[in-house]
Amino acid sequence: MSQSAEKVLDHMNLFRAPEYTEMFESKKTCFEGGHPDIKVQEIADWTKSMEYREKNFAREALVINPAKACQPLGAIFASVGFEGTLPFVHGSQGCVSYFRSHFSRHFKEPSSAVSSSMTEDAAVFGGLNNMVDGLANSHSLYKPKMIAVSTTCMAEVIGDDLDSFIKTAKQKGSIPEEFDVPFAHTPSFVGSHITGYDNMMKGVLTHFWEKAKRKENKKINFVGGFDGYTVGNLREIKRMFDLMGLDYTILGDNSDVFDTPTDGEFRMYDGGTKLEDAKAALNAKGTVFMQQYGTEKTAEYVKSKGQEALVFNHPVGVTATDEFLMAISKLTGKEIPDALEKERGRLLDAMADSQAYFHGKRFAIYGDPSLCMGLTAFLLEMGAEPVHVLATNGNKDWGVAMQALLDASPFGQGCKAWAGKDLWHMRSLLATEPVDFLIGNTYGKFLERDIGTPLIRIGFPVFDRHHHHRSPVWGYQGSLNVLVKILDKIFDEMDKSTNVAGKTDYSYDIIR
Amino acid sequence: MDTKTRNKALIEEVLSAYPEKSAKKRSKHLSVHEEGNSDCGVKSNIKSLPGVMTIRGCAYAGSKGVVWGPIKDMIHISHGPVGCGQYSWASRRNYFIGVTGVNAFGTMQFTSDFQEKDIVFGGDKKLDKLMDEVETLFPLNNGLSVQSECPIGLIGDDIEAVSKKKAKAIGKTIVPVRCEGFRGVSQSLGHHIANDAVRDYVLEGSEGKTKGFESTPYDVAVIGDYNIGGDAWASRILLEEMGLRVIAQWSGDGTLKEMEATPKAKLNLIHCYRSMNYISRYMEEKYNIPWLEYNFFGPTKIAESLRAIAAQFDDKIKEGAERVIAKYQPMADAVIAKYKSRLEAKTVMLYVGGLRPRHVVGAYEDLGMEIVGTGYEFGHNDDYQRTTHYVKDSTLIYDDVTAYELEKFVETVKPDLVGSGIKEKYVFQKMGIPFRQMHSWDYSGPYHGYDGFAIFARDMDMAINSPVWSKTKAPWKK
Ligand code: SF4
Ligand code: SF4
Repeated sequence: MSQSAEKVLDHMNLFRAPEYTEMFESKKTCFEGGHPDIKVQEIADWTKSMEYREKNFAREALVINPAKACQPLGAIFASVGFEGTLPFVHGSQGCVSYFRSHFSRHFKEPSSAVSSSMTEDAAVFGGLNNMVDGLANSHSLYKPKMIAVSTTCMAEVIGDDLDSFIKTAKQKGSIPEEFDVPFAHTPSFVGSHITGYDNMMKGVLTHFWEKAKRKENKKINFVGGFDGYTVGNLREIKRMFDLMGLDYTILGDNSDVFDTPTDGEFRMYDGGTKLEDAKAALNAKGTVFMQQYGTEKTAEYVKSKGQEALVFNHPVGVTATDEFLMAISKLTGKEIPDALEKERGRLLDAMADSQAYFHGKRFAIYGDPSLCMGLTAFLLEMGAEPVHVLATNGNKDWGVAMQALLDASPFGQGCKAWAGKDLWHMRSLLATEPVDFLIGNTYGKFLERDIGTPLIRIGFPVFDRHHHHRSPVWGYQGSLNVLVKILDKIFDEMDKSTNVAGKTDYSYDIIR
Repeated sequence: MDTKTRNKALIEEVLSAYPEKSAKKRSKHLSVHEEGNSDCGVKSNIKSLPGVMTIRGCAYAGSKGVVWGPIKDMIHISHGPVGCGQYSWASRRNYFIGVTGVNAFGTMQFTSDFQEKDIVFGGDKKLDKLMDEVETLFPLNNGLSVQSECPIGLIGDDIEAVSKKKAKAIGKTIVPVRCEGFRGVSQSLGHHIANDAVRDYVLEGSEGKTKGFESTPYDVAVIGDYNIGGDAWASRILLEEMGLRVIAQWSGDGTLKEMEATPKAKLNLIHCYRSMNYISRYMEEKYNIPWLEYNFFGPTKIAESLRAIAAQFDDKIKEGAERVIAKYQPMADAVIAKYKSRLEAKTVMLYVGGLRPRHVVGAYEDLGMEIVGTGYEFGHNDDYQRTTHYVKDSTLIYDDVTAYELEKFVETVKPDLVGSGIKEKYVFQKMGIPFRQMHSWDYSGPYHGYDGFAIFARDMDMAINSPVWSKTKAPWKK
């Protein structure tokens, strides 16, 4: 017996004790009916071959380990960025449990959202009653200032009409006539979580802006897009905008609700864009979109209202941040202050200090399309080579734009953009055209294990490391964080490969 | 005010926040346990109210997530749009041993990733092609299951026909499962549907597949242990040490072959009654295999269970059970000696699924702790009946609790520990209340068996006695 009260072994050590390893062996040989080890090894090797890669890329129906989620997740993310807003997802309830769990696992925060809990009878008769009763229940229990309605695929397949359902619910007195209930249809069989974000953001703006008359002022709006670093990023954007002396509105500011304090009180709602500000945002000169892919419809919408739309692709690094700030300066007529220029110099200083360790290193990157572009641009700026860049939810346009970005740099030669591919494709790429590092979300750890490519966790979700979402990856400061994160891994790997005493330790340097 | 009066008043208070119609419905799910009653006084397995923030999941979660997903040598296809499979990808810690992507597939997400055209024109052709692709890329898979997501049942696809055709063509077991999320009222119907699929597509016709199986009088199967953090392993080791032969694990770290061999068992041992009683009853009817519920949480219940299991066998096994108890009891005693003084009289509120709202009570009591509230996400009346053997008079009982209710209950009852799920964890930690996830073991475990009990005790101690909780109020605030 290996377990003891003095030294309690947990699963990581307990099951390596001989009594367990022997048990595993006998279970395997006597009962499991598996394949011989030699066969398993043979197939394991084959899955890393060029032949396998070709078969893998010939897939037309099967998707394996995709790097994307479904629309309502994004809709919830956008909804909770508004003051006192309760996301209400019309359809079957299991989905909402999944969305809430997903956010809680990433942010280590509560995630509140309700479902209209449609079941078989609703599948037959439609979900109107669920909407009518559901809105009444949500309104009286959770006292929201606004309820933002999206849909699961069940409601979409049976064709429930949110607009008329919400009107009916109001007529029936579920909620007051004047109560704000923006909505968006968010079918999961179209696009991904970033599409859902876009639809809901547009839904909220449409709700507030459609009947209003625009009177342009000097303010600007900011839309971050679906972003796992929203807590750190939005706070950084506010800091930079304040330094510039801008008058601005963050639309969908969920930086507080995903970062509430432990002080004895549970805050179901915290912070968020004030509803009056969301209304008044119509009058802004223009809106800044931080992630082009995943805010297309909202950008079109603000343009249709007469606003200018400034569109970026998750700027990381000096050039991208320069361009971002200059565009904003141009739009608002405000100058970029010395303080930010100094930060720029500090970032560049850090890049210069470390560039030798990046230069020529080969990277694979996957994630949401705009995130991929931002990280790629930064790596190119550092003289690294982003060999494989993959976005499961990247469309054809993204593929073209991404490839153009690579082709335009001497460090991007021979590098390739992969739109619509999944992480099993990535596995083949890493096995057949190896790189030094992989950048991606938590699921990348399976690739790290299978292929051995060290994983740098940047993306969403990150379940298995804590608190990364609290630090920005935007702006000069955020870029510095990205730099350090990558650099730490580069150094860790150098140390790991040189730490055998008497064998490799001549390179185990204390100064790098 | 005594506890019973306080709890009753609390229920009234909570109900007053609902619209009248909903208050009436919810009132049937909240109760204060009366000693001597045959159940806990609540209605259960009823539709959740819309808009109340139920904590429940869906049938797909019950089938793919709970019953089928852990069968490691089969590939489970999340059939429909991408979301369901994505959120449940590797998020349940049913440990297994195998080479992922080669001969084991438990931590992978296979999906047909439905697009609009699949909804409009149907997904059967895609499914057909997908199965060929699976076979090409994963030749060592031992079978497939098709886990239906909501749209499948709404667009009239015939996954049964596709599965039948492909099973024949490929020559492997292919199991269509109709676990669309809108069926039933929670995970629970998903368990049932999944059990039925095992019956129809694995057990039916399994006779031919067990040729050469050499039976012994001591063959048992472990049913309804999902090997969270290695639970089933920490259980299996005890059963084997007492002289039994575990021929199958359902379904944590399990294989298709093990399921097929189960009709050869002499006794089915059931841990999670809720999710697998159906198939156990079926095997009793069809193959005359008796089943026995057991409880491997905490030394008291473990010893009771080992003896009850041994009572079904001969003296050799009975002696074996005593030997096992004698071997492990000193370690369990040492664990209790170490932790009990720090946990004595601490109160706990639970809200979990399956079997845990009752099964873990004994383990807490072994440590001197007291359960003051409990409830099931998707229990049925038979669960609440069984719960009466575990809970004391005046315990607060809440079925399919809503986020609002649970928050209010905890605020008033002020337990020293809450045990529930990921969606609840941070709510209560913000309130400064120690919390342990009792689905995933909060990334720890195993909690089953003697080895697991040591971990359980340590975890409860570190949750409750962590110094961080004393700092929730700023010192300058009175
Ligand atoms: S894909 Fe559809 S059924 Fe699945 S979680 Fe998303 S909305 Fe729900
Ligand atoms: S106890 Fe919880 S985790 Fe276990 S099967 Fe039952 S529901 Fe699932």
